[in-house]
This record gives sequence, C-alpha cells and structure tokens, in this order.
Amino acid sequence: MHDGHAHPHPTAPDHDGPLTDYQLMEIAVRELLIEKGVLTADEIRGAVEAMDARSPAEGARVVAHAWVDPAYKGRLLANGTAACEELGIDMGIVKLVVVENTADVHNVIVCTLCSCYPRALLGLPPDWYKSRAYRARTVREPRAVLREFGTAIPDRVAVRVHDSTADMRYLVLPARPAGTDGWNEARLAALVTRDSMIGVTLPRLP
Amino acid sequence: MSARFKPGDRVAVRRAYPPGHIRTPFYIRGKAGVIERLCGSFGNPEELAYGRSGRPAQPLYRVRFRQDQVWPGYTGPAADTVDIEIYEHWLEPA
Repeated sequence: MHDGHAHPHPTAPDHDGPLTDYQLMEIAVRELLIEKGVLTADEIRGAVEAMDARSPAEGARVVAHAWVDPAYKGRLLANGTAACEELGIDMGIVKLVVVENTADVHNVIVCTLCSCYPRALLGLPPDWYKSRAYRARTVREPRAVLREFGTAIPDRVAVRVHDSTADMRYLVLPARPAGTDGWNEARLAALVTRDSMIGVTLPRLP
Repeated sequence: MSARFKPGDRVAVRRAYPPGHIRTPFYIRGKAGVIERLCGSFGNPEELAYGRSGRPAQPLYRVRFRQDQVWPGYTGPAADTVDIEIYEHWLEPA
C-alpha cells in the first residue's frame, strides 16, 4: 500500500536471479552470431516474434478442412507435412504425422523425452505439456490422465498414445461432432480446440 | 540406406544403456512391438548431438507396443497401445 489507497496491486515475484549456464551460453552464442554477421539482432527478434505469433488456429483450420473434404483428409493422413503446406502453412523441417480419432480409437500425444510439439500448427506448448507429470504419466496411465482433463474414454475405445521421440511431430484429427451438417469451415474450426488436437479432450459440441 | 524392416514386422528394442544423447526412451528398451510405418531416413541424433555429421542417415520407424506388455499391472483394455519412433540400429527381429 502507498499514498493511502488501500486496494492491493497484484504483483508477481521478480525472476531476475543469476543466469543459468544455459542462459549464459545462449547469450554468448547469440552475440557471436551477430558479431560475425551470420544473423542480425532484428532477424533473431523477428524469428521469436513469428514463433510467438503461431496459434492453434492454424491446426483448427487444417482439421476443419479435413472434415469437409474427404480427399483432403486422405492426403492429410497419408502425408501430414505436404497436406499442411497445401494450405499455405510453412512446416519448416518438421515432418507431421496426423492421427485420426474414430469410433474405435482415441489418440493422445506426448513427448516423454522433452517437449516436441507441432508448433507450426499449435503455437507454443502449454506448460502442462512440458511438465514431468504429464510426460511420465501419459505413457503409463493415459486413461487416468485423460480423466483428469475431464475426458472419459470408454473401454471399447482403444487409447493410442504417441510418444514423439524423434523427427516426427503429431497432430490429432478429432472426430467431427454430430449436429454440424452443412456447417462451413470457419464455423467448424471454432469447435476445434488446442487440447482436442493434442488429444487430451474432444472438440467443443455445437 | 535400405530399410531392414517393413510394416507388420515384429521387432524388439535393444536392451542397452550407452551414455550420450539417446532418443530411445528407457521404458521401452527390451520390449517387443510391431512396425507401424517407416518414417524415412534421418541423421543419427546420437552423432548430431556432438557436432558430427549424423551420416549415414538411419531409417526411422514408428513401432506400436501393447500397453499391457510395456507396463506391468497396466489396468486399461488390451487394445491400448503406445507408438514410439525408434531408429533402426535400436531394433532387432523378434
């Protein structure tokens, strides 16, 4: 409190303690790259800005297009990378595998070794995706983890976990909700949440 | 590099514990599964991580494992699976 006004201002603790070894290494490498003329400071800033700008709206656009166009869906499942590029999404060097939820199979994505994530389609991963608890438990007790996300998968539906350990990235193609006949792609895309494309939940209902 | 395995082949993951940057999770070493698909060939991360070329590129597979064969006491249905990407040099016929 100050100057007599009584309402508390929310504060977050400062995290400006000493730099870690890896933070120091990043700064040193970045400064060297700039000094040697490999990259400019603005190019690095621009790359960070582009990374932050990506969002699950890209993934939702892909899913909605696959829902309305069966031929596209076939191409997406056969070669996820090429099918996303077809919609103008720059996948970089990443190879994408798209896995489809059906009446018999529910898919969920995890990276047990680190936090591999289809950033071109979903943006930056949520904190829980990177947590040790999610990474360790999703492979071991996926149904319990899904229940904690509010997702009950009946025993007649197989749960298929995908551990993103190497060069592939994964996107879940959720099943199109019933009651959406005749909807256009933009309206359908609004049902497709980030978490439904990771596989911890289902799309919104119409 | 030609691929040693094809979809449907039964394979086992080598039970080995070398030091270094390894993309084969501990929990799957020694387990048997089925090749789901060949993903292509990629630089070997165990070499790339140390600034070497990573060549020859290694075939990379997605291997499907039954959860009840991976985790003792797994309580879910027998149809539950986990798919993992594994480089060819970690696999042997099973």
